[in-house]
Amino acid sequence: MPEHADRMDRGAPSPDAGAVDRREFVNNLLGACCAGAPLLLGVLRISAAEAQGVDEPYDPTEHLYGMGLDVRKCIGCARCVVACKIENDVPAEPHFFNTWIERYVIRENGEAEVDSPNGGIDGFGPIQNPAAVRRTFFVPKLCNQCASPPCVQVCPVGATFITEDGVILVDEEYCIGCRYCVQACPYGARYMHPEKRVAGKCTFCYHRLVNGLVPACVEVCPTGARVFGELNDRATPLARFTRFNDLQVLKPHLNTKPKAYYANLAAEVS
Amino acid sequence: MPQQVPRLLAVFVLAVVGLLVARSFLVPETFGDRGHFRAAAVDSISAREKQYAGHAQCALCHSDVTETRLAGDHRSVSCEVCHEPAAKHVAAPMDVKPVIARDRALCVLCHAYNPSRPTGFPQIDSVVHNPRMPCMGCHAAHAPETPVPPQACSACHGQISSQLTVSHHAALLCTTCHEAPEEHRLNPRALRPSKPTQRSFCGTCHAGGISGIPQVDLQNHGEPHVCWQCHYPHHPEAG
Repeated sequence: MPEHADRMDRGAPSPDAGAVDRREFVNNLLGACCAGAPLLLGVLRISAAEAQGVDEPYDPTEHLYGMGLDVRKCIGCARCVVACKIENDVPAEPHFFNTWIERYVIRENGEAEVDSPNGGIDGFGPIQNPAAVRRTFFVPKLCNQCASPPCVQVCPVGATFITEDGVILVDEEYCIGCRYCVQACPYGARYMHPEKRVAGKCTFCYHRLVNGLVPACVEVCPTGARVFGELNDRATPLARFTRFNDLQVLKPHLNTKPKAYYANLAAEVS
Repeated sequence: MPQQVPRLLAVFVLAVVGLLVARSFLVPETFGDRGHFRAAAVDSISAREKQYAGHAQCALCHSDVTETRLAGDHRSVSCEVCHEPAAKHVAAPMDVKPVIARDRALCVLCHAYNPSRPTGFPQIDSVVHNPRMPCMGCHAAHAPETPVPPQACSACHGQISSQLTVSHHAALLCTTCHEAPEEHRLNPRALRPSKPTQRSFCGTCHAGGISGIPQVDLQNHGEPHVCWQCHYPHHPEAG
């Protein structure tokens, strides 16, 4: 048999009893894979559901998140800044913030002075020349979770993106650390993580949202200056907030369509 | 068919195949499944560990404290503001205990006087307000009440009173212009102090021909507005 001769020539084992023919082996392998695949996939799916820790899998298409911030309720205690750093493992040293508090001092001549020493965590010192103050107030700041985010547009690798529920996230495993997004954000809401060497930003505490919790800053805000909820649902605190307040967004002329809505915001704030 | 067409086609096919092979290596798994990003990244972000359990979790066991808190002025202050993040306590209630918050410094974070804080928010000067005393000696943290109603208006209206002291109206008492019912000190938002409603009220000084005080002709000046609609009486413009 020529086939047999060929096999012998290449030094393959002789087709004695118990030996498997090459074609048969490949067929067996394919069969085993087909039989085992559903089992394997099932295990994977179960472990994914367990990791999420919820009974029903989270469906991002059913949500659209936004935050309301009432400037007139903010007391500048910076509990939100502390909570955010703890919850999201933000470096404790200054200059790295997902959210921070700014103090505005409007002088008698209309000039606005803004400061935010360590994001407000260590408190705010006395105001210089207090007699020449027209108004002064605190403004909480964070990523505005824009519907048209410049940071996402400039990312060269697709490592920062907007999810179906409207949250801008950073893929830390895929980010190349080029800092384009830090440059592009008009709100200064991004920074370079000093240890991970990737872009860091507010995630609206996405890991809390998928479990039905509000972001940590909203949880700890003692005066209710921060309100969280859904934009396409009337029965959330945010819907009430939007109904009862005149709202503004920061830098509306940039057409970034922020989803952080401010109530009682002064014109000096940008 | 010209001779070069098959060759060009071969080169083209080779380039396309090369591109597809390179793409399959370079584009990470799950990229593009949900958009221009790695779908797996959303899963890994969702799986991050949370530190703050949320006040709903606390209420499950500590319903008595929650009830007290929700009835008092700290109803909007969630447990973990003072007791620090408690997700680990929720996971292992007996092994990990949350912080018992007794430190005066903690209360002062919110209640120290700061001119940038909104008017009406309860604030004290922690240097002169019973220094070294724990706040909880007089105030119940879960349902704080003011043991002694504030005596001076400046206790709550610090920003106004500090402006007033440097203004031309520094000599005026709050009660010169405002009638504050006694109840306002105990329940500030239920009963609010009055404001002058008549132009003639300001006119008693500013249209009464008193020398050394800026005078206006009420007949021709500012009708139909009440004076404080244009002038800020706590810090009126000079001259």
